[in-house]
Amino acid sequence: MSKLDTKNGVIEMGHGSGGRTSAALIDELFVRHFDNALLDQGNDQAAFDIPAGRMVISTDGHVITPLFFPGGDIGSLSVHGTVNDVAMSGAKPLYLSASFILEEGFPLADLERIVISMAKASKDAGVPVVTGDTKVVERGKGDGVFITTTGIGIVPEGINISGDLAQPDDVIIVSGCIGDHGIAILSSREGLQFATTIESDSAALHGLVADMVAAAPAIRCLRDPTRGGLATTLNELARQSKVGMRIRETSIPIRAEVKGACELLGLDPLYIANEGKLVCIVPAKDAEALLAVMHKHPQGQTAAIIGTVCEDAQHMVIMETAFGGNRVVDWLAGEQLPRIC
Amino acid sequence: MCLAVPARIVELSGDTAIVDLDGIRKETSTLLLDEVAVGDYVLIHVGYALERIDPLEAEKTLALFAELRAQDAES
Amino acid sequence: MKYVDEFRDGDTARALAKVIHAEVNPERDYRLMEFCGGHTHAIFRFGIVDLMPKNIRFIHGPGCPVCVLPAGRIEAAIRLVEEQDVILCTYADLMRVPAGKRDSLQKAKARGADIRMIYSSSDALALARENPGKQVVFFAIGFETTTPPTAAAIKIAQAEGLSNFSVFCNHVETPPAMMTILTAGDAKIDGILGPSHVSTIIGSRAYAECCDTYHVPLVIAGFEPLDVIQSVLMLVRQINTGKAVVENQYTRAVSETGNEKAKALMNEVFEQRALFEWRGLGVLPDSAVQIRSEFTDFDAEKCFAMPEIATADIKGCICPAVLRGMNNPDECKLFGTACTPEDPKGACMVSSEGACAAYYSYGRYKAAEART
Repeated sequence: MSKLDTKNGVIEMGHGSGGRTSAALIDELFVRHFDNALLDQGNDQAAFDIPAGRMVISTDGHVITPLFFPGGDIGSLSVHGTVNDVAMSGAKPLYLSASFILEEGFPLADLERIVISMAKASKDAGVPVVTGDTKVVERGKGDGVFITTTGIGIVPEGINISGDLAQPDDVIIVSGCIGDHGIAILSSREGLQFATTIESDSAALHGLVADMVAAAPAIRCLRDPTRGGLATTLNELARQSKVGMRIRETSIPIRAEVKGACELLGLDPLYIANEGKLVCIVPAKDAEALLAVMHKHPQGQTAAIIGTVCEDAQHMVIMETAFGGNRVVDWLAGEQLPRIC
Repeated sequence: MCLAVPARIVELSGDTAIVDLDGIRKETSTLLLDEVAVGDYVLIHVGYALERIDPLEAEKTLALFAELRAQDAES
Repeated sequence: MKYVDEFRDGDTARALAKVIHAEVNPERDYRLMEFCGGHTHAIFRFGIVDLMPKNIRFIHGPGCPVCVLPAGRIEAAIRLVEEQDVILCTYADLMRVPAGKRDSLQKAKARGADIRMIYSSSDALALARENPGKQVVFFAIGFETTTPPTAAAIKIAQAEGLSNFSVFCNHVETPPAMMTILTAGDAKIDGILGPSHVSTIIGSRAYAECCDTYHVPLVIAGFEPLDVIQSVLMLVRQINTGKAVVENQYTRAVSETGNEKAKALMNEVFEQRALFEWRGLGVLPDSAVQIRSEFTDFDAEKCFAMPEIATADIKGCICPAVLRGMNNPDECKLFGTACTPEDPKGACMVSSEGACAAYYSYGRYKAAEART
């Protein structure tokens, strides 16, 4: 078996051909670092028993640029993202699969760095990557690497969490400071060049969710505000549940630096992506107790109640501004872009 | 138009400054201004410092606001 | 944030609003034009309208360089980047503005055109240095706040001998646009909230002619909501006493003569353009600038023989009337149906500070409020 040159080597078309070069890539990078019994079996699939209960499955494609950013990389992001999507149903995530589309010419050193990061995220979360796939596309046909992860989990008995269950008078909670991930990404992109200590908040939230669900089984909705930020998630939930929402700007946790970056670039922090935060809608009677439990968890220390659900035939999300007026927090139209005007 | 934000100069070097806005640092050109010093607050627009913020005038405006708040509180 | 948060205090806003409520004459309307799109944005973002008495009406002015850029200029830029091998650098604000035939810079980029979004003219210079084999064209827009940074970039390019950098100049001027609106008279403006940062550059004296000629008071308002509200109060007071002078509320950043160094730089690089088309205001004389002949090597219109392209606005779109303050966005047949932020038909809906975009969110909230 040829040895992989992870120092100076690059991905070649042969790595996707299924022959010896493919096998070397899979064994020396993926199997080696992901390091679990199911993967070691060397099958094209993983077979396992699962506990009784409702199964949940979720999948996410990751195409982020840049691949490496303060606080994470495409690898750790792909683990956290799917673990979180599974966890947002209240489920305990069990296993992950990972498929890689690699571009011819992509440095093996970078790939190894990504895989090591993924393996660490997976191990820390306790959710192994048990099966996977690699394909190689010609130079120019891929952005270095695309990763798709799929995850499965089991929802505990008696838990029913879904985006269409919010009711008027329910309380809206956010688990921590918004906008960190998006600002961290922007700061590493060409053209904006500002220095900041802000790091992506990319993190696995299933531990926090487990504590939350145990403390407040009547939780109605959970969702992580990724693309499009908090505003988009609130609008999605409002539409799904056919309700309105009233939130308070002064209650929304946000770091001073994130606020500053947004002012500088003319961006609205409500629409900036988060990768380690969740929005929770819970019956009012359970809210304070739930908040207390969240504060005890490392991922929920700055959790805050930001508003309430109400009747609203237009399904509008309205925010009382710090200034004292009201404004509509609307759906995003297209991509939010920095502005000079 | 013309989104401009006040930021504090923390470093100066020729026609370039590093400004700080609550921990965000950005390189900015001071080509449009003659005398600026570290510690000054300037308005930043498209990567350029447009004008120094006059702290005394700012204080005057804020004092006016404080007066109004006091009057309002009394009534 | 210093010099920001203090000027966003809610208690002060309410106190100021009370004074305004007490001083307005209930028998009349006060039609105040906020010239600058940034002020339009602030008025809606901070819910200032909610705090004001009902007889104060904000008329949204054309101070949005994105909104007043004719579709033909965008189409010319698209043609340039698609037909010639250039890198086109643009502020992100322009990406989604409709050009003719439902095209846009964003759509052209999707088709493969090399269009780069930048934050500063210095970024365009950097791209030129990094790509010596390609021509880099900077799509320059903006009022007098943004013109000096473009002038600076041209001077730097000249000093460095950059042979692959040029500017597609669309810089426009504030006082001529104000004069045009006041001349037309159809918007019936009682007072003007003057732009914050344009004034930083041109100084408060630059508006004297407007005030004197048309007997309309003008208050230069700072950028934060308290600045805007205080300026409204100053206008109300002038209107009530029949005064019509230029007052400066933004004293912490605006002086009488403005930024002399920036003005000198502008004058060195640019000269008056005889005529320039403004979307909504028509072709205006002496309202825009062009690059002087000494810097012709950096003038994209000359280097690439860019043609004049006339493009008609979409049928039914009343952006011109909205920009002149004659109609409200909700009086446009396309508003909220054919024309939405997701699928804008005119510039006023694309720009986040365009009157239509501001109305779209705000108006929906007001309608919802009316229902409950």
